[in-house]
Amino acid sequence: MNPTKTGTIRRAFSDAKSEGRALLIGYLPAGFPTLDQSIELVQAMCDGGVDLIEVGLPYSDPLMDGPVIQQAVDQALTNGATPESVLRVVKAVADRGIVPVVMSYWNPIEQFGVENFARELQQAGGVGVITPDLTIEEGQPWIAAAEAHEIDPIFLVAPSSTNERISKICHDTRGFVYAASTMGVTGARDQVSNMAPELVDRVRQCTDLPIAVGLGVSNGVQAAEIAQYADGVIVGSAFVKAATAGGVAAVLELARELAQGVRQGG
Amino acid sequence: MTTSEVEHAEVIAGHFGPYGGRFVPEALTSALDQLDAAFQVAIADPDFGIQLAGLERDYTGRPSPLTRAWRFGKYCNDAHIYFKREDLNHTGSHKINNALGQVLLAQRMGKTRVIAETGAGQHGVATATAAALLGLECAVYMGEEDTRRQALNVARMKLLGAEVIAVTNGSRTLKDAINEAMRDWVASVDSTHYVLGTVTGPSPFPDMVRHFHSVIGRESREQILAIEGRLPDAVAACVGGGSNAMGLFSGFIDDPNVQLRGYEAGGDGVETGRHAARFSAGSPGVLHGARTYVMQDKWGQTIPSHSISAGLDYPGVGPEHAWLHDTGRAIYEPVNDAEAMEAFALCSRTEGIIPAIETAHGLAGVIRLGKELGPDSVIVLNLSGRGDKDVATAARWFGIELEHSESGISIELAEGR
Repeated sequence: MNPTKTGTIRRAFSDAKSEGRALLIGYLPAGFPTLDQSIELVQAMCDGGVDLIEVGLPYSDPLMDGPVIQQAVDQALTNGATPESVLRVVKAVADRGIVPVVMSYWNPIEQFGVENFARELQQAGGVGVITPDLTIEEGQPWIAAAEAHEIDPIFLVAPSSTNERISKICHDTRGFVYAASTMGVTGARDQVSNMAPELVDRVRQCTDLPIAVGLGVSNGVQAAEIAQYADGVIVGSAFVKAATAGGVAAVLELARELAQGVRQGG
Repeated sequence: MTTSEVEHAEVIAGHFGPYGGRFVPEALTSALDQLDAAFQVAIADPDFGIQLAGLERDYTGRPSPLTRAWRFGKYCNDAHIYFKREDLNHTGSHKINNALGQVLLAQRMGKTRVIAETGAGQHGVATATAAALLGLECAVYMGEEDTRRQALNVARMKLLGAEVIAVTNGSRTLKDAINEAMRDWVASVDSTHYVLGTVTGPSPFPDMVRHFHSVIGRESREQILAIEGRLPDAVAACVGGGSNAMGLFSGFIDDPNVQLRGYEAGGDGVETGRHAARFSAGSPGVLHGARTYVMQDKWGQTIPSHSISAGLDYPGVGPEHAWLHDTGRAIYEPVNDAEAMEAFALCSRTEGIIPAIETAHGLAGVIRLGKELGPDSVIVLNLSGRGDKDVATAARWFGIELEHSESGISIELAEGR
């Protein structure tokens, strides 16, 4: 791996693009259901063709998450998940040659220490952090710390974001822009919101950063549909559901299906 | 400028020193911007002021009296104790001030539905009431544990036409009800206004909720000047999220000689870990959209709070209180369940006022304060709510047998049979 990590995420997107496909991004909370099992599960995601893994840092009050992820992080916390668990899972992903980023609500990072978190994540091989409840207005100290440790700060845009805000968010985001496809919390949906293409369009006009679409994606058909207009497809709750229902085998199977999906649409 | 005006000058863009701000999903940012804009326009619009003042007078029953507590005062070292009687408001607590203001604002913004979280149920009842009055749909999120503790208020909300959603996540109390209300709002923000019930949450809620409760402080200041001919030595209130306290404090914040005192829930005792004493045992962190004092472990996970009072049972506190605490302008102390219940009984027997258990924490604080400030000191307590909702809990605490079992009554009412 390149010793300089800045740009790792963008390179992953451009490699996928050169193969004529979208990047597949998968989410799983660290420590779910236990630390060892979560490492096996992310390894299965890697083996099944996930290109970039969002390792979730379990938090007691996940107000952007629907019931599936709420229950998973509750279980992880009950089983003792800490930021240390997150770093272990990040390292396991990096060791597989797959790109690891962290997904975390803000308070755990603030309590860990903004500077310490960026440094320890860098040492574990992490290259980015998605912060779903950190606005760019409150995020400036984090952006500076992340930059110092070659961590990409990744912010979200939503269908309700004005063009002016999208432009500001893109200015502070590195790696890729996370486009929330719908107004709502995480969770698999039968149909991906029809707001997503319009949002991706608006983001394109502000930035040349890659754009990944998340919220509600659960199968290969939906992945293929999104791959037609976005650079990346993010799947979260569906992996958690698969892990609960069928463990490593089900996660591997879902990863393969989605990996095929992103190759059909791109 | 006075000292506090200098401090206020630092209160910019929804921050109170390092506290407050906005820590929310991006999906809510536009809604908060729109809300802030609509709020600023509304409070500058005389028509809005007239409409709200009319409702306060003719519907809520304002101004609420300031009552001298002669007999209770004897237990407070003969201090001159005054109760600001928010318990006499329509719906039985201060909560109606904010609910009417916000629901009126929601109506102006063209929203057709309001949602709210509630702990003790008072804010839920107030919101359901305002929604019924102004013709908006209403849904209230309430922790399952609290629906059990406050079954009477669940029934009231249902009678008022609101949907009550019992939240079964996490600790099943106020904290989890707020999470669920936020989740609802993210998905429904086009049609729905979230009537947050206290001075917490992302900007502009702390400013807006304080504004709608500032009538408490304005009235109290006028009333005490008329009765005593001078400002009080201290004003006091219980502090859960802290809206009744902020409402009262706001009338005296620029009077440096008036002490501001807040009383938070000490539960079984701060040393037991089973409490809601954010200032005694919490630390700065981010919860529910704002930076403030939070009960949390070393990893930033919220620690569930505990109190006999559902309305104070919350692991965070309004960010302006955090700033008043750090600057030393206000002083906050914990009051344990037992001490609060003793004050509850004393107030009932000496004044003929059964207070809310939340308010009883403030009453216990005033007993201490009288000892501290001495005879003839003047103290105003926000008597934030009446205790009808707490009769079953209090009866159990004091070993009074109810003719029907409490759970029997509760279930019938809660299910609306």
